[in-house]
Amino acid sequence: MRRKITVKTITLLLLLVSFVTYGQEEHGHSDSGSDRKSEVKAYIQHHLKDSYDFNLFSWTSDSGEEKHFGFPLPVILWDGGLKVFSSSKFHHGESVAEVDGNYYKVYHSKIYKTDAEGTIKYDEEHHATNEKPLDFSITKNVLMIMMVFAIMFFMFSRMAKSYKKNGGLPKGTGRFLEPIVLYVRDEIARPNIGEKHYKRYMSYLLTVFFFVWIVNLFGLTPIGMNVTNNIAVTLCLALITYLITTFSGNKNYWKHIFWMPGVPVPMKIILAPIELLGTIIKPFALMIRLYANITAGHVVLMSIIGMVFLFQNWLGSGLSFMLAFVLAILELLVAALQAYIFTVLSALYFGMAVEEHDDH
Amino acid sequence: MEKLFEDFSLGLFFWQAVLFIALIFLLRKFAWKPILDSVNSREEGIREALDSAEKAKLDMQNLQADNEKLLKEARLEREAMLKEAREMKAKMIEDAKTDAKEEANKLVAAAQASIETEKKAAIAELKTQVASLSIEIAEKVVREELSNKDKQMKLVESMLGEATLN
Repeated sequence: MRRKITVKTITLLLLLVSFVTYGQEEHGHSDSGSDRKSEVKAYIQHHLKDSYDFNLFSWTSDSGEEKHFGFPLPVILWDGGLKVFSSSKFHHGESVAEVDGNYYKVYHSKIYKTDAEGTIKYDEEHHATNEKPLDFSITKNVLMIMMVFAIMFFMFSRMAKSYKKNGGLPKGTGRFLEPIVLYVRDEIARPNIGEKHYKRYMSYLLTVFFFVWIVNLFGLTPIGMNVTNNIAVTLCLALITYLITTFSGNKNYWKHIFWMPGVPVPMKIILAPIELLGTIIKPFALMIRLYANITAGHVVLMSIIGMVFLFQNWLGSGLSFMLAFVLAILELLVAALQAYIFTVLSALYFGMAVEEHDDH
Repeated sequence: MEKLFEDFSLGLFFWQAVLFIALIFLLRKFAWKPILDSVNSREEGIREALDSAEKAKLDMQNLQADNEKLLKEARLEREAMLKEAREMKAKMIEDAKTDAKEEANKLVAAAQASIETEKKAAIAELKTQVASLSIEIAEKVVREELSNKDKQMKLVESMLGEATLN
């Protein structure tokens, strides 16, 4: 019942918003409007990308000078030797950084090697063709991963200690976290992997669940962190799931891939490459699912927040604000849901790998 | 797809891999293992406690059943004893009654016998007394009678006459 009402409300809001948008365009004060639109678009694009400095917010001062509030992060490059310097040398991507006689420039959030003027050469499709040094910089996302690392380590090691001090009972945050840990164990690991093998995978499942969840939640804070919408991060997680699945696969698992029992021989030959491809598609889907869900959530949420500034009237902005509020709550759910789905599917793949078919 | 490749950052991948794998191992050592171990031992403890409670309950039931049985037996025994006692009492009373009756009869009989002998003795004594009295009287009478000749004669005659009548 409640869900119906929510769906109705959202539909109604969307309808109203579309009318208001229509009216807006008809009135057409096009100059400032499109300016602002492209500004919002650029802002969203910028938000989705990683960056070399930790920028909380920027503004243009009265004198037309761009000001940034935040701090620079270390840039670590491997370009015929290790090069470490502060990202403040880039001046927020506006200038060329000179290190040991080499020149580097940030272009579309990537570091390119350039000449002293910072010339970027392009191919026909307008892609930069400059040399890219190996980049191991502590970017905003890396910093965020480190922060989550520290938070998780602090939180859970404290929880573990509270058990010891308190005679086998959790204390403080542990009381809140224990049911979630038990949920991962009893509702995710046990039914999907099986009573016999699930213990081996608990460390990975718990770590990945809390990591993805906490990182997603931080993504919703106004600090503007957004780790899980980087394909590199989700690829890393999916790759670990893939490797664990592959290396824990028993005889039965491989038999079901290369020589499917219970089907005629020609079918076995057809099925083998499909099954083999399936082992790669599964983690690939994991990677894309997490990446796409978080990216889409951020784009939609930020677009709607951007609409507040585009409308500049009480009705449109008010509705956009309410819609953004509802969506933000939905995103809170998605943050947990994606962590859950990633963990459940990983557990499911591990379960397939260690399954013993006694009934065949 | 192209955008995905373009967005891919090797550095981020490297850091994520290093940090995440380190996090897994660190948390396994310092968090997950102790947490899951204590949760497990706690669950084990709860299970054991429940089991022992169940066992205690069963023992209690057994004990109660035993008690009931004992009580029942005791009650039966008591009833049997009471019954026996009652019977014994009745028998004793009965016995006493017969004994008493016999004794009384005996006493009465003895009394009657002694009365009889007494009576006989008394009668005998009376007889002797009467005889001696009679003799005395007879003596006196005879003496008086014999003081007169006639009278002596008459007496002899009457006596003789009586003697023949006898």
